Amino acid sequence: MSFEKLQEILDCTQERHIPFWKVILEDDCTERSVSEEESFETMRHMYRAMKEADTAYDAELRSASGMAGGDGAKLEQFRRQGNHLVGDYLSEVMEKAVKMAESNACMRRIVAAPTAGSCGVIPAVLLTYQKQKGTEENRMVEALFVAAGIGEVIAASASIAGAEGGCQAEIGSASAMAAGAVAYLENGGEEDIVHAAALALKNMLGLTCDPVAGLVEVPCIKRNVSGAVNAVTSSQMALAGVRSVIPPDEVIDSMRRIGRLLPACLRETSQEGLATTPTGQQVAKRMRS
Amino acid sequence: MNVFDIIGPVMVGPSSSHTAGAVKIGYVSRKLLAEPLKKAEILLYGSFLATGRGHGTTLALVAGLLGMKTDDSRIPDSMRIAEERGIEITFGEAELRDAHPNSVQLILTGIDGRKLEVVGESIGGSRINIAGIDGISTNFSGDYPTLIVHNLDQPGHVAEVTSMLAHKSVNIATMQLYRASRGGYAVMVIECDQEVPKESIAWLEHLEGVQKVTYYSLKDGE
Repeated sequence: MSFEKLQEILDCTQERHIPFWKVILEDDCTERSVSEEESFETMRHMYRAMKEADTAYDAELRSASGMAGGDGAKLEQFRRQGNHLVGDYLSEVMEKAVKMAESNACMRRIVAAPTAGSCGVIPAVLLTYQKQKGTEENRMVEALFVAAGIGEVIAASASIAGAEGGCQAEIGSASAMAAGAVAYLENGGEEDIVHAAALALKNMLGLTCDPVAGLVEVPCIKRNVSGAVNAVTSSQMALAGVRSVIPPDEVIDSMRRIGRLLPACLRETSQEGLATTPTGQQVAKRMRS
Repeated sequence: MNVFDIIGPVMVGPSSSHTAGAVKIGYVSRKLLAEPLKKAEILLYGSFLATGRGHGTTLALVAGLLGMKTDDSRIPDSMRIAEERGIEITFGEAELRDAHPNSVQLILTGIDGRKLEVVGESIGGSRINIAGIDGISTNFSGDYPTLIVHNLDQPGHVAEVTSMLAHKSVNIATMQLYRASRGGYAVMVIECDQEVPKESIAWLEHLEGVQKVTYYSLKDGE
C-alpha cells in the first residue's frame, strides 16, 4: 500500500517507533515482496547511478537543438575562481543541477527523480551535501528513501507529470523531495522533514510547463537550479523551526487543484508561454525543418 | 507506483515518454519479431513526429530494435550501430486514426524473412502499450511475459492454448481475444505470470489452424 498523506507516514513513525526512511523502506518490501536488504541495495544503486552521471558530465556535449550544453562548466569555472555570491555549498548545488539536466538533454544516462526533466534537483542537493560534509553512503541512501516517500505521496494525491500538473509537479515535487531529504541529513525531526517539503512546494505552486519546441531544455534545465536552491533554503527554514502555516498535506492537495486548473496550453503542450515567444517559435521551426 | 518509479528508473535522457518509452517499444517489438532484424520501417505519429528529433525518439526506437534497454549509454549511437550491422532503417509518417499522441508504427522484417507490424504507444512515464499487431488491435504493456497467437476463428483454439498453459503451470494474468471477422482471422493476447516454455511455443506453431505465434519473454536475449 502506498501512502496518500504525509500524515500517514508520520503516524507510522510514531506507532512503530521507526524513522521516516524506514517506514518507506518497509512499505517497499511489502509492496514488491523483497527483503529489506534488496530494497536498500536497489536504492544504493540509484544513488551511485546519480554519482556516476554527475562524474560523466561532458562540457563539450550539445543537444540536438543546440540550446543545451556547456553551462555547467561555466558555473564550475566561476565557482573555482571564488567569484560566487552564495556560499560553497549552494554554488556547487547550482553547478551540479545544471550539469545533470544538461546531460539529460544531451542523451546521457541519468536517474529520473521523480522525472527526467527534474533529474538535476535531488542529486545536486545530495551529492554536494555528501561531498562537503563527508557523510557516509548509507545515510545518503536513507535520505533518498525520505525523498522517495515524499514523492510517493505527491504522486498519489497530486501528480509528478508536467502534462498533468505543470512544472510544479516536476521541479516542484523534486524540490520538496530534496528539501525533506536534507532536513533528515541535518538531523531534523519528522516534522522538520514534512515542513521542509511543504515550504519548498509552496514556493513552486502554479509553475507552468511551457517548454520551447517541446524539448526538455528551456526552461527546464535552469529550473533545476531554482528547484535545488529552493530545497536547501526551505530546509534551512524548517530546521530553524519555521513552519508552513498551511499543513503539508493541504499544500500537496492545493498543488493537485492548481494543476487541474492550469489550461492545457500550459501543461507540456508548448502552445503558450515561453514556447510561443518569437524566439521559442523560431527554435520550434528550426527543429521541424 | 513503487518507490523506484519515484527515484528511478536509471535511463538515457531526455524524456521518459519520448526517449525511454520509445526504447521500450522498440525492444518489445524486436522480441516479438523473434529473430534478428534485417529491415525496419519506422513510421512516426503525433508528438513523436513533431518533437521526436529533439528528444532522440528515432535513435531510441532504433536502439530498442537493436535490443538495447532504456539505460544503455549506446542509445545516441544506435543509427551508426544499426548501419554497422547492415540493418536497413527508413523513417516516415504513420497514417493512423485516433491513435495516442505518442505513437509509432513499426514494420519489421527479420533475417529469416519473418514479418511483423506493431503499433506502439508511449503512455507516460516510461510505460508503453502495444496497441496493434499485424493490423489487429491489442492492449498489453510489456511488463509480463506475453503470448500472442494468431489463428483461424474456429472453435477450440482458446481451449488448446489455455490447457497447454495450465499443463505447464503458467498462470494467466490477462487474456484478450480479437478477430478481424467471423470465421476469419483471430488473435489472442495472453499476459502470463510465468514464462511460457520454448517447446510449448514450438508446439503451438504446429497446431492446425494456428497461423503464427509471437512471444514476448522478460528474459534477456530471447
